[in-house]
Amino acid sequence: MASKNKRLLWLQSGGCGGCTLSLLNAEAPSLFTTLADIGIELIWHPSFAEQSLDEAMQLLQRLANGDEPLDMLCLEGAVMTGAAGRFHLLPDGQAMSTLIEQLARRTSQVIAVGTCAAYGGISAAGDNLTGATGLNHSGNHPGGLLGGDFHAAGGLPVVNISGCPTHPGWVLETLALLASDSLKASDLDPLGRPRFYADKLVHHGCDKNEFYEFKASATAPGQMGCLMEHVGCKGTQAHADCNSRGWNGEGSCLTGGYPCINCTAPDFADPGHGFFSTPQVAGFPVGLPTDMPKAWFVALATLSKSATPARVRQNATRDRITVPPSLPKKNKA
Amino acid sequence: MSRRILGPFNRVEGDLNITLDFADGKVSAARVTAPLFRGFERILLGREPLDALAIVPRICGICSVSQSVAAANALSALYGISPPPNGLHVRNLVHAVENIADHLSHFYLFFMPDFARADYQSQPWHAGIFARFQAQRGSAVAPMLEARAILMRFMGSLAGHWPHTLCLQPGGVTKVVSAAERVRLQQWLRTFRRYLEQHTFGQPLEAIAALDSAEALAHYRQQAPKADFACFLDIADQLHLHTLGRSYDRFIAADAYAAPDGCWSPAGLWQNGSSQPLALDDISEDNHSSWLAGEGSAAPLHNDTVPLPDKAEGYSWSKAPRIAGAAAETGALARGLLRGENLLCDMVTRDGGNVLSRVVARLTEVARIVPQMEQWLAALQLDDAFQLATPTQPQHSQAIGLTEAARGMLGHWVALDAGRISRYQIIAPTTWNFSPRDSQSLPGPLEKALEGVEASDPQALQVQHIVRSFDPCQVCTTH
Ligand code: SF4
Ligand code: SF4
Repeated sequence: MASKNKRLLWLQSGGCGGCTLSLLNAEAPSLFTTLADIGIELIWHPSFAEQSLDEAMQLLQRLANGDEPLDMLCLEGAVMTGAAGRFHLLPDGQAMSTLIEQLARRTSQVIAVGTCAAYGGISAAGDNLTGATGLNHSGNHPGGLLGGDFHAAGGLPVVNISGCPTHPGWVLETLALLASDSLKASDLDPLGRPRFYADKLVHHGCDKNEFYEFKASATAPGQMGCLMEHVGCKGTQAHADCNSRGWNGEGSCLTGGYPCINCTAPDFADPGHGFFSTPQVAGFPVGLPTDMPKAWFVALATLSKSATPARVRQNATRDRITVPPSLPKKNKA
Repeated sequence: MSRRILGPFNRVEGDLNITLDFADGKVSAARVTAPLFRGFERILLGREPLDALAIVPRICGICSVSQSVAAANALSALYGISPPPNGLHVRNLVHAVENIADHLSHFYLFFMPDFARADYQSQPWHAGIFARFQAQRGSAVAPMLEARAILMRFMGSLAGHWPHTLCLQPGGVTKVVSAAERVRLQQWLRTFRRYLEQHTFGQPLEAIAALDSAEALAHYRQQAPKADFACFLDIADQLHLHTLGRSYDRFIAADAYAAPDGCWSPAGLWQNGSSQPLALDDISEDNHSSWLAGEGSAAPLHNDTVPLPDKAEGYSWSKAPRIAGAAAETGALARGLLRGENLLCDMVTRDGGNVLSRVVARLTEVARIVPQMEQWLAALQLDDAFQLATPTQPQHSQAIGLTEAARGMLGHWVALDAGRISRYQIIAPTTWNFSPRDSQSLPGPLEKALEGVEASDPQALQVQHIVRSFDPCQVCTTH
């Protein structure tokens, strides 16, 4: 192939490294093979680069000064802006946030990997005295380090691959689209997330959907029923394809028996209620599907509860199927 | 005397800078800086106790399950419940997968690539090591990642996903394993075992676990010369890695991998060739050299985490944990010593804890824990409960949750007030290993291990081998 590889620099700041570790879970082919296949040269990554110490610092400075070309910048982790950047310092005493900003303004494509880099994420939760923020969002609001109207030299705003952690497929497919210049501004949702996964809801393909239909609800994590009514599941509002794509071969939060906490949303870490409970008003959950009129939901839920098959109702509060689906009469013993 | 600040130390998890003082061609003092602070102990304040399960895994993407285990243990104590045997077995499986993945990632991706660097070009072994372990491109990398991904299917199946699962609860796990799932899990484990026996060890895992002395290890090296572990032992021999990176030789570990009949890896303090029980009351945190409020030492349940970025004596965001006022090393080597493994006891008795024995401890732990996983899988009683219901209210207002992350002892100290978290103090493994000086000016274990190193260049690879031999996790260190 004659085409030139895109040069990618990956930096980490106020995060946990989990998006990188999740990326290592990429299967068939594995991470570095995939990067080569999609035409990306990973010129430096804190976990995988050969160069360390002075050599690494010099490389980062050359890239920041524009002495060496850079096509793509991935940031993992929030930008730490509090105390004049003192919550994350480089060995030369420079604030990491300064380096990130210099690089972002020189690079054609800027990618926030994970909810921290996109919006601040868990690092910005609580009183956020460290001033953790995203690259061009702070929580739900445009802004962040680079300002809400930021566009990278290539024309796109920051691409926010949100998720805590990110699915390796979300990251590698986004990078592949960017490397071939085939991701357009219209392919991003209003929060800057790639629509190929953010236009789906976690609720889609959930194996508890039958329970949801009948509002046959679990009362604790680990039970078979739908986790929306009592156990805090936000799958009907969470933008992600976790139940249609599968994690680590085949999993999702729901197949693992616990609720979706909407980790692709800017403010997921401060839900205002316990992660394992669903706030209710007059017996109905507060966080209803965003595009469903409340009165309809109430009417449908009341109706469907009255029609719940005994099988579904009984299984809902058990930890495994205790009542199997019935067979047609002709097959019954 | 000259002084050099080194960093970024990459191929460790998170950010790390180190200041070295040199006199007469030797390191006369080292200061270890954890330069990133996020403040998880504060993010947890005011939340409902169970919310810790959603917050603490996000401290660290490399040992997120270990953080969950520590929190679940603390919550078990707060709520006064404990998991049934199936819950313990599934928790152990998930925890062991993370531990193994960490050890392999460290060996193949973080540690071995240093031997492929151009500095060693003149060594007779360099060409082969370069071909196999060069960063990103070495022939060992892709097969390891493929085997790792197969093993990680345990996480999809048992934990929903990794990192950051919510499946570990105070009363057990949210996932029930069916007979068909167990068959799949067994097949993945066999596939993974085949990879280890073919590439990493070149011998059955049982043969590696049976190595019981430095002589037996040397004999193994000749028997399986092409295996990755043997290649490392060869290099270690030629570069005298057993003489590099010795610290205090005081080792600390917590109980981990609890099963109905006891813990697979027991707690204790190992020094002067013997082990003694772990006295939790002797553990303190010292904020003297941290950019945090507070002087002197305090028990974790009485300590706070209030940042003071301008503090004059500060040079790290890390605190300095101490046991009875002493610094201690933690990690796979400490665990192996406290399990009484003859090979590691022999190596440490001869040469102390060092670059070689730390790496040997990690890889032999992989060889030991995979067969143990097979037993935990087989021990599941599929018709029984995997979880007991969590009571609606906590029954106690203080608890400690301890476990072992891949890198060593991890502790969560939790206090509640009116049903909400009022204090949550965490001491992570690398907080022990990479702690700064305390108020008695006592260096942390890595600081100690770097003292006296002869290096013509402050960036010499010996310095990097020592640092990486601890497999540091900096995001855990300061959290
Ligand atoms: S558990 Fe969550 S994602 Fe699944 S059906 Fe219920 S609301 Fe939807
Ligand atoms: S199911 Fe929800 S919480 Fe879980 S990974 Fe997907 S978006 Fe995040």
